[in-house]
Amino acid sequence: MSKLSVIRPVFWDQGAAGAGNDRPHFDFRRIWKRAVVLMLCVALMPLLALAWFDYRVTQQYSENEIALQVDRLVSNAKRTVAFFLEERQAALEFIVNEYSFAELDDDRRLAGILDNLGASIGGFTDLGLFTADGRQIRYIGPYALKDQDYRDEAWFREVVSAGSHISDVYLGFRGEPHIVIAVKREKKDGSFFVLRATLNTAWFNEQLAHIKERGVGDSFLVNHDGVIQTPTLAHGEVLDPLPLAIPPYAEDTRVYTTTDGAGREIVMGYAYIPGAPFVLLTIGDKGELLRPWLGTRLVVVVFLVVASLLIILVVLGVATNLVNDIYRADLERAMALREAAKASKLASLGRLAAGVAHEINNPLAIINEKAGLLSDLLGAGENGGANREKLLGLVASIHRAVERCAGITRRLLGFARPGDIKVEMVELSEVIREVMEFHGKEAEHRDIRVNLELDSELPAFPSDRNKLQQIFLNLVGNAFAAMNDGGHLYITGSLPDENYLLITVTDDGCGIAEEDLKKVFEPFFSTKTRIGGTGLGLFVTYGLVRELRGQIRVESSQGVGTRFFITLPLQGLEGEEENKGNEHAHSVG
Amino acid sequence: MEEKILLIDDEAEFVETLAARMRARKMTVTTATSAVEALGRDDVDAYDAIVLDLQMPGMDGLAALEEIKKRNPKLQVILLTGKATVEKGVKAMKMGAMDLLEKPADIEELTEKIKEAGGRKMVLVKEASENEIKEIIGSKSW
Repeated sequence: MSKLSVIRPVFWDQGAAGAGNDRPHFDFRRIWKRAVVLMLCVALMPLLALAWFDYRVTQQYSENEIALQVDRLVSNAKRTVAFFLEERQAALEFIVNEYSFAELDDDRRLAGILDNLGASIGGFTDLGLFTADGRQIRYIGPYALKDQDYRDEAWFREVVSAGSHISDVYLGFRGEPHIVIAVKREKKDGSFFVLRATLNTAWFNEQLAHIKERGVGDSFLVNHDGVIQTPTLAHGEVLDPLPLAIPPYAEDTRVYTTTDGAGREIVMGYAYIPGAPFVLLTIGDKGELLRPWLGTRLVVVVFLVVASLLIILVVLGVATNLVNDIYRADLERAMALREAAKASKLASLGRLAAGVAHEINNPLAIINEKAGLLSDLLGAGENGGANREKLLGLVASIHRAVERCAGITRRLLGFARPGDIKVEMVELSEVIREVMEFHGKEAEHRDIRVNLELDSELPAFPSDRNKLQQIFLNLVGNAFAAMNDGGHLYITGSLPDENYLLITVTDDGCGIAEEDLKKVFEPFFSTKTRIGGTGLGLFVTYGLVRELRGQIRVESSQGVGTRFFITLPLQGLEGEEENKGNEHAHSVG
Repeated sequence: MEEKILLIDDEAEFVETLAARMRARKMTVTTATSAVEALGRDDVDAYDAIVLDLQMPGMDGLAALEEIKKRNPKLQVILLTGKATVEKGVKAMKMGAMDLLEKPADIEELTEKIKEAGGRKMVLVKEASENEIKEIIGSKSW
């Protein structure tokens, strides 16, 4: 037996394996499959749909959340950077408007201004005053840049044409990355001068480092040409070109998703800093940012898998149980039908036999009377002459044959004779003891062991003692006929449930051939014809058991033995007599 | 004493053979092959015993029994049947039959029953006539 057969439902192999009349009416495997598929669809579809919907909504929500966060950070940083630059530019504008060229053309004054700026808003490295021809005539700061000629520098040309300038980060003469802010002031004589301040980039780096600490990703400035202006985490060194395309100009902050050079999905937030050549970029790894959401996703998936498994188990269990029940009911129905067909067949056979017996009885009576008349005539006078004795002998043998026929017809009529039941309380053990007394001599003579196993709880029950005796006489008689000397006969009585008594009569005799088993209860079916069987014993026994509202069935295996099962009701036979009597009155009237 | 009996059975051969055997046993036998024929006779009351088959075409044994008993309750009826059942037996006895025998019956047993029937009838008739005499005596006002 394979391990699978333990969980395989009983109906599984029936659809295909069953044959003939015993075949079930339904394809149980198909019913089962259909039930499983249908129930799984109904149960799993909404679950899957909901899970998928939830998955999508959560994902969308997370992405939006990330975009919003990036947007907020970038916008804040943009305002801070822009304000920082504007504030410094405004300070320089104020200085050139407040002071005349003559006043500024003074190292001590300029140094004082730088000190004041440092104390108030900070961020300035140095301060320089330029004449219209691009020469730095005053310089306050850590580098020796005084009298340098800036006439051809790009920033100088721009400040000349635009009035003010905020530069990219560049190395310049000093070889350090820095930003310059320069403002131009027209003098009354038509010429102009320029005040320039250098801002170190440390302040930007510090501001942007805050964003990086927030865990959103890499934040840095690039100029409009895509050159990195402040340190990055993973996108290159300062003044290197950014390996990504610079997004097109937009007035406000934008966030979008794209892929980087390595093909990873990234969330990019950017903002153009107004009035300065910078673009603030925040680049986050999308996978990294979605990590909290992945946790939620895992929970959803685990829930889905567990719920689905549970549903599948329940559906399989329910469907299997259901179909098993249907299968059992169908099996019981089929068996009941078979039993009913058998009973009805035997009943019609009984009626037929009784009809035949009745018809035979009339001519039998004529034969009887004719033979009787013959013997009367022979007996009365000297008729018959020399052959008288011989004739009387022949008449006597006719009488014996008639007697034998009469015996058979009486037994046949006995089968179809309903209702002549005498109900009394009967102890099974007593009945069997009486029967065994009858067979005791034969058992002893033939050395047959009789084992009686009666449940000690067996109650007395209403039944017909004579009929019961006849039943067991027949069965035990058959068993004796089937057994060799020294055989074993087992008789058991038990209570399988509170309504029925189960009696088995088992012998270890020759057994019954399988093809004969179906016919053993039919009249005139006998395997003992050679030794004088009439084939009516089991037929009559069957009729008797049915009369007692019981059932009889046989199992046999050739060469091993035969077992008869008799179930008898413990209740319901009281008052049988009147009922039958009434039925009969109807049929006569 | 010579019993006077009426045999009713639809099998003519059976009824004639049985009659012959009864006559051999010193009985006066009349035969009929149907209940209707038998009940048509005007001397029905005169028989000591009526032997009646149960299964017959037309009027069956039980119906004939009922009719006979209605006509004269003193008449003794023995039923002879090829299909005896306890119910029918009990029913027949309740309806006043004297006995019920199964076919094929033993002639001696049947003879015995007929003799018994003759005795019974005699007693009944005697009682009846005595009652009649008593009544007559009682009604006279001397």
